[in-house]
Amino acid sequence: MPVTFSVNGTPRTVDVPADMPLLWVLRDVLDLKGSKFGCGIGQCGACTVHLNGAPVRSCQMPAAALQGQKVTTIEGLSPEGTHALQKAWEELDVPQCGYCQAGQLMSAAALLAKTPKPTDAQIDAAMNGNLCRCATYTRIREGIHRAAGTTTRNTTEAGGAR
Amino acid sequence: MPTNTTLPRREFLRVTGLVGGGLLLGTWLDFGTNGVLEAAEVATGSAGEFAPNAFIRIAPDGVITIMAKNPEVGQGIKTMLPMLIAEELDVDWESIRIEQAMSDPAKYGTQVAGGSTATPTNWEPLRRAGAAGRQMLVSAAAAAWSVPAAELTTASGVVHHRASNRQMSYGQLANAAAALTPPELASVTLKNPKDFRIIGRAIGGVDNHKVVTGQPLFGIDVMVPGMLHASYVKCPVFAGTVASANIDEIKALPGVRNAFIVEPGGTALNGLLGGVAILADNFWAAKSARAKLKVTWNEGATASQSSAGFKAKATEFFAQAPQRSLRAAGDVNAAFASAAKTVEAMYEYPFIAHATLEPQNCTAHVKGNTVEIWAPTQNPQSGRVLVAKTLNIAEKDVAIHIMRSGGGFGRRLNNDYMVEAAMISKIAGVPVKMLWTREDDTQHDFYRPGGFHKLKGAVDASGKVTGWQNHFVSYSNNGTDFVPSANMDGGEFPTLAVPNHSIGVSTMPLGVPTGYLRAPGSNALAYVMESFIDELAHAAKKDPVALRLELLAALPAEAPRGAMVASRMKGVLELVAQKSGWGTRKLPKGTGMGVATYFSHRGYFAEVVEASISKAGVVKVNKVWVAGDVGSQIINPSGAINQVQGSVIDGIGEAMLQEITIEAGRTKQSNFNDFPLMRLTQTPQIEVHFRTTEYPPTGMGEPALPPVIPALCNAIFMATGKRIRSLPISKHNLSWV
Repeated sequence: MPVTFSVNGTPRTVDVPADMPLLWVLRDVLDLKGSKFGCGIGQCGACTVHLNGAPVRSCQMPAAALQGQKVTTIEGLSPEGTHALQKAWEELDVPQCGYCQAGQLMSAAALLAKTPKPTDAQIDAAMNGNLCRCATYTRIREGIHRAAGTTTRNTTEAGGAR
Repeated sequence: MPTNTTLPRREFLRVTGLVGGGLLLGTWLDFGTNGVLEAAEVATGSAGEFAPNAFIRIAPDGVITIMAKNPEVGQGIKTMLPMLIAEELDVDWESIRIEQAMSDPAKYGTQVAGGSTATPTNWEPLRRAGAAGRQMLVSAAAAAWSVPAAELTTASGVVHHRASNRQMSYGQLANAAAALTPPELASVTLKNPKDFRIIGRAIGGVDNHKVVTGQPLFGIDVMVPGMLHASYVKCPVFAGTVASANIDEIKALPGVRNAFIVEPGGTALNGLLGGVAILADNFWAAKSARAKLKVTWNEGATASQSSAGFKAKATEFFAQAPQRSLRAAGDVNAAFASAAKTVEAMYEYPFIAHATLEPQNCTAHVKGNTVEIWAPTQNPQSGRVLVAKTLNIAEKDVAIHIMRSGGGFGRRLNNDYMVEAAMISKIAGVPVKMLWTREDDTQHDFYRPGGFHKLKGAVDASGKVTGWQNHFVSYSNNGTDFVPSANMDGGEFPTLAVPNHSIGVSTMPLGVPTGYLRAPGSNALAYVMESFIDELAHAAKKDPVALRLELLAALPAEAPRGAMVASRMKGVLELVAQKSGWGTRKLPKGTGMGVATYFSHRGYFAEVVEASISKAGVVKVNKVWVAGDVGSQIINPSGAINQVQGSVIDGIGEAMLQEITIEAGRTKQSNFNDFPLMRLTQTPQIEVHFRTTEYPPTGMGEPALPPVIPALCNAIFMATGKRIRSLPISKHNLSWV
């Protein structure tokens, strides 16, 4: 079925099966490889994108539900890769393998858009659905605080590249 | 090309097992100055380009490119190895380009991400590669200015003659340097460590910007013109084969371009296993077609195996003497007879999976008698050998692009996905990207094998450990060789520190594929040894740190090559005790601290865990203190701390949550809903301290993991009196925050 929706501000029309998840529309049809496949059942968050500004698991979002919606992916988070979170991630050297980080960043960006100065508890609630197999969680938390200009009780290491 | 090498190349390519050390490149301590480089040919640069060796290219326009030789799987090696070269070449880190090398052992030497070997094997050779480049540039400038080379200095990619206030950039010198003969690598002068400007600096990952902006980078992101997307369905029982399948029906499904049965490539579990390939326009079409696939399988002999059966067999073994002895000294029975106290315990741990977040995948394009491969692999050369053999193609005609891996942890040391993609491309006659589902990945891993230990220890009236006995039950298909990663040396600490010891083993056959999981062997054995030491400390009414120090003191000061140096472990144990306030802090009821040490992959780690357990049995790890000794230099502190934090959290997850259950020859678990990973809210504070010693630097990917598992179990014992003798901890009426 043909579906028209906005991807990173550009209208796109795709002709795909109604049940094809947004993740595969992005990756295999629109050639946007930033959103990652981890589990296919909404457990890991590697495929997180924004749907009308809210974080969703794109592996669980069928094409049929996309008509007229606005999707933002990691490729569209900021034009130059200079979102405060992206800068903080680089400054703190958050990534290890890096595979989950697009999803982490999209969840964190949705949090900061709604809650510019999150507490640790709000970070917990927003980020607990994003798995990092390398376990970069300490720096993920620190990165969100750095981007928000807040501090954390939970960090013992001012990590990262200096 | 420099040729003053003393070691034959096969020497340093050899991968062997080592006492308490898992995978080790055989002779890293031996190979002197040329190591990696002895096989390297001087690269032929483009016009005017200076390429003193395979790792460095300097163009006349001043662009300096350094090759990253090893696979990047999240351990930070694509950043760290080029740091070694850049330091001695004497260029600014910010000014260079880093390029991932293809698989080419003749050019780059060993290219493996395994065994925490990259640091010890490359520390000296790659610095010499950089220094050789610098020396040639200096020689070129000396000739140009007719001054002695000794009067010249370098900094930031520029050669200076201070006396005459002249300078030339490396780019300007490239042409002239390219005409010189490279020096003997053994002869080049290395920097005094106090002059390091790059080594020792916290430097971010070279691909970080691509990662945070979502640019294509990983194996799963590869696109080749004309490629199809493949899904590969294997028998749920390991090594089962296809009897029949409704191939014609599958071929008629929307988006499906081809489907066929693939015959097994042999009998090895890590080779090509039989299955059904479905090729489609996109992954979703291929995956959707699987729902309609009907296969009759020949399940084979492994269908009779199960975790419950393994345990029953272990219980049988424990009623008898071990099948064979691994190590014995003194008279352990006399020690038990004369002991003030003896302790007996059975320990067990389950199979667990790697669960790399990027599922296994590979892109392959077979063109006649050649094949081009894009693979997220930790061991490309073994993949080349496997593909060449299975497809009957010459090894030289297998080209492998090393793609960044979305996690490795040892899973990608095997190359089953590579040979599958290659065979599917060969049969289909088109380029193919094959991608596994998470369920495929969970159910077709090379698991960390489970194991069973029956232990008995003796302490005398003074509280000294006088006897140590272990009957280890593991897996072997010929009664002699353990299946991969199911081995034990018998000399693991504290065995050799106890005068009377007896370590024996009994094995049963196993049809489940096993392999190397981060700190292989050690991630299981540390739990057993260091938990039982804790049991003996309590039996002897001794402080667990004090007892370990006593055991370390009983070891000889000099250790044979590759074995643990007791003084180094003593150093980190004392450091972690001091940093954690061991024995000095008043803890609330329900909170305990546990300690453990472990030597693996040449690294020395001592860790203390503080955990609180609520009345309802909810475990919260509050804090972990880590003290590590990996030698004289932390090359990249940012990467090193990342590895320690990751290892600690990884280990807690293995201890707390993870189990793979084998039922009727297949894996019961399928995805992250039943094989959970640690989450953000479960992450404790982690405090990391390094103790530098005069030994050459060693790797960081693995050795911080093993001690955290027993340290956590020992903390739970201190808090609750409950001894955790089987993993995961979640099976002991304990749950997780």
